[in-house]
Amino acid sequence: MITSLLMDIQGVAQLGAAVGAGLAAIGAGIGIGKIGGSAMDAMARQPEVISKLMTNMIIAAALIEGVALFAAVIAFMCL
Amino acid sequence: MKYELKLRLLSVALLMFALVPAMAAEGFSAKEVVLEHIKDSHEWHVTDLGEGKPLVIPLPIIVNSSTGWHVFSSSKFEHHADANGLRQGPYGLAIATEGDNAGKIVENGEPVLDLSITKTVAVMFINVIILLACILLSARWYKKRQASDGAPGGFVGFVEMLVMYVVDEIIKPGVGKGYEKYTPYLLTCFFFIFTCNVMGLIPFPPGSGNVTGNIAVTFFLAFCTFVIVQFSGNKHYWKEIFWPDVPTWLKAPIPIIPVIEFVGIFTKPFALMIRLFANIMAGHAIAVAMPCIIFLVATMAAGIFYSMSAVSIIMSIFMMCLECLVCFIQAMVFTLLSSVFIGMARAVPEHEH
Repeated sequence: MITSLLMDIQGVAQLGAAVGAGLAAIGAGIGIGKIGGSAMDAMARQPEVISKLMTNMIIAAALIEGVALFAAVIAFMCL
Repeated sequence: MKYELKLRLLSVALLMFALVPAMAAEGFSAKEVVLEHIKDSHEWHVTDLGEGKPLVIPLPIIVNSSTGWHVFSSSKFEHHADANGLRQGPYGLAIATEGDNAGKIVENGEPVLDLSITKTVAVMFINVIILLACILLSARWYKKRQASDGAPGGFVGFVEMLVMYVVDEIIKPGVGKGYEKYTPYLLTCFFFIFTCNVMGLIPFPPGSGNVTGNIAVTFFLAFCTFVIVQFSGNKHYWKEIFWPDVPTWLKAPIPIIPVIEFVGIFTKPFALMIRLFANIMAGHAIAVAMPCIIFLVATMAAGIFYSMSAVSIIMSIFMMCLECLVCFIQAMVFTLLSSVFIGMARAVPEHEH
């Protein structure tokens, strides 16, 4: 039964795409969560540099999201 | 008494979720609706006024087939595909709706040279006109005044705020000395991407076009950055790529680091392209998919319908707010990385000791 499921290549491709996109979302969540956590700690420590920290946090989050979206685009191409 | 009342309310609520019909939804495909908003097409489908009466803005078709150049309106193509999946039109041309050439203009099965004004191109023209109007009309304010006059207010003040923000926070720190030469290109990048992103969020024409979510557009923007970075590279930049300051066993006899650096020249603009494209395309897909939830639950029981519709509306509002932020952030990140690459290409080597 497993082999007959695996013979359906189109279904396997769609399954792979879904799993890949989910893993990419996990990666983005963990990465941006760490950035946000460190930024929160730093802002609580030094409230006078909040705006500088905010800018750098947004930039780092956008770069991490770029990498996660690489994976999402490739998953989309698998469909 | 209170317990009985709660039990009755609970059973009424549960009954609202019962009686889910066993039939499937009558042909509403959320995936198709989302893809139609993201993909390019030869006509601008605005909406459907009732069943089977689409409101469509026809766009000009400019093709060069075997019989020469032809310019005509896309309304000359049939609305529905015939038995072969082709929408027939004049001069022996047809739009294929399925297979490898889906969406392209074909003549006897082969695609022709197609320079039509498609939906993405038309929306890009509209965005460019809006952008030029905003910037050039604001610039006229400055021509009539001296530098010692007061600061502008209103719309001109808003444009000045954005321009000064980009120049002071993004271009100056990124490019370093001699940044004045690059401000025209970098400001154009920022404002073009920002305008296209924002216009893509407006749900009806003249907005609602997917310009920066199209990989050809972002490819061209990244290509421009690539060309400008390479042409502004000084000798130190090329030396750092092909003979970097690393231990000798990493550069000869097998040039490990030079190959990595050379590939890095291409991957950096590639990442710029993919980042902008994927962010905006995913944002538009979500913005269309959230209201689709309402259509998907339309045929189900009243309890599911009302609750999922409420969820869909709240999610739509939240995702649109997030999308507004993403518009600005993606324009800023593209400009920031472009200016950083230009700054790195013009870097002056620090002196040892």
